[in-house]
Amino acid sequence: MSDAAAVVGRPDARVGRQTWRTAWRNTFPFLVVAALWEIVAWLGVFPRQLFPPIEDIAARFVSLTASGILEHHTVDTVLRLLAGFGLAAVFGVAIGVAMGRSRRAEDILLPLISIVAPIPGLAYAPLFLLWFGLGNLPSILLVGFVSAFPVIFNSWTGVKAVKEIWLRSAQAMGADDRRLFRQVILPGALPYILTGLRLGLAQAWRILIAVEMLAAVPWGLGWLIFGARKFLDTDAMMSGIVIIALLGLALEKFVFKKIEDYTVVRWGMVK
Amino acid sequence: MVPIEISGVTLTYDTPSGKVPGVKDISVAIKPSEFVCIVGPSGCGKSTLLNMIAGFLTPAEGEIRIDGKKVDGHGLDRGMVFQDFAQLFPWRTALGNVCFGLEMKGVPKDEREKIAREQLRLVKLEKFCSSYPHHMSGGMQQRVAIARALAYNPSVLLMDEPFAALDALTRDDMQRLLADVWRETRKTVIYVTHNVSEAVYLADRVLVMSPHPGTVKIDLPVTLPRPRDPLSIEFIEHQKILLDHLGHAAGGGAQTQHA
Ligand SMILES: Nc1ncnc2c1ncn2[C@@H]1O[C@H](COP(=O)(O)OP(=O)(O)O)[C@@H](O)[C@H]1O
Ligand SMILES: [Mg+2]
Repeated sequence: MSDAAAVVGRPDARVGRQTWRTAWRNTFPFLVVAALWEIVAWLGVFPRQLFPPIEDIAARFVSLTASGILEHHTVDTVLRLLAGFGLAAVFGVAIGVAMGRSRRAEDILLPLISIVAPIPGLAYAPLFLLWFGLGNLPSILLVGFVSAFPVIFNSWTGVKAVKEIWLRSAQAMGADDRRLFRQVILPGALPYILTGLRLGLAQAWRILIAVEMLAAVPWGLGWLIFGARKFLDTDAMMSGIVIIALLGLALEKFVFKKIEDYTVVRWGMVK
Repeated sequence: MVPIEISGVTLTYDTPSGKVPGVKDISVAIKPSEFVCIVGPSGCGKSTLLNMIAGFLTPAEGEIRIDGKKVDGHGLDRGMVFQDFAQLFPWRTALGNVCFGLEMKGVPKDEREKIAREQLRLVKLEKFCSSYPHHMSGGMQQRVAIARALAYNPSVLLMDEPFAALDALTRDDMQRLLADVWRETRKTVIYVTHNVSEAVYLADRVLVMSPHPGTVKIDLPVTLPRPRDPLSIEFIEHQKILLDHLGHAAGGGAQTQHA
């Protein structure tokens, strides 16, 4: 709002200053934490190897990147994430929408899902490892399984929240069931579906990093962090954690935010 | 455009707490291109009757015929405008909303956009084709809803208190606009309102309903020349007559507002 007003008034200077102020506001808390970290590290509360100063972490981050190791871990993790979360998105939306549309599906699935969903995802990990062996398959399936629940719940709620008057208007204008679904129910439920996907993705991250520590995958950020413990390689651990944080931020800002701005925000369905 | 015959229509709602009478034994014949207003206190079955004509509800007894054809479910021969601003699809622009019915009908894109633009021009919103509903005022949204209901060219327009949630000034404008639209399109219109002056301003004929159970009490023609002057003696007299009837119908609870 105030942005628009500023553009009308004095173009570049104002907007530029605004951007800088926002950037500063966003980085300030991190600078504080970084400073505290530095102080603790240099005070020597922990041995340097266990609590390295930021320079050490940065140096390690650079060398791991230069050698391509960090990239390899990252790519493997991201591929697993996409595969697992992709499954969750497709099946989760389908199941949730089915539950919202059909009384039968709701009656059958809701009790099952209500019991299975609250169990911490990692509790299923040993089962999946026994059933599907080690490596990618159990990791991807577990990620898909666990992150599907928030998607299911929110899609279901979203379909139920589609306004009756939209359905009536569409029917009055001759929409058949198929078009009612595509043209009214899906867009009408989209704010909830997006929320479900966002929660599902967060869930997928958590379970993936954990299961990579268990599933004996050769590459992956979870494995990098877990494996580094054996060698007291705190710098590598921190590098892995930093990557996870950056990826999470990027997915939020460049994927979810963009999709939302283009759809439900533009349509005024969420603020 | 087409006649509507409502004969002996009765509907009772089944609720957990027992049967609630909706409407009872209503018979009305509506002529082609007639503008009929239904007035009556809240809960007298106006919406119930309209929803039966729209095909959302099926009468338990009696039948409704539009152009001789018995109503069975909704159909593209009827357009519907509700009171709720939220009836527009927020994910579609004004133009997209107006296109909806045509899309369902299978009209090709270029043609339906041309028709939709024409409809939006009719309700004086041609400049807002690409606006989303949430950027429009309530009055504009209701105009889009009217354009949307007219776009696929139904012969009957059903309106359930479309302007009741608007402020008085906007409502006056909207009534004038609707009268113009009706003059241009000559649809058969059934318009529900609880506002007496709105009924006198718009209608060829006013049906006064009374509750418990919902029945049509009086069928009053309004023959004043158009465009009507809400300040003329005749207008105010019509209003008085209606208010009298409504007073009996509602047991004194009727309301009036100046158009
Ligand atoms: N869906 C429903 N279920 C049960 N009763 C209803 C329902 N809709 C309306 N009614 C009842 O039917 C009567 C007529 O309602 P309605 O047609 O909405 O009146 P109006 O539109 O004139 O205010 C009222 O007594 C109302 O309580
Ligand atoms: Mg009503």
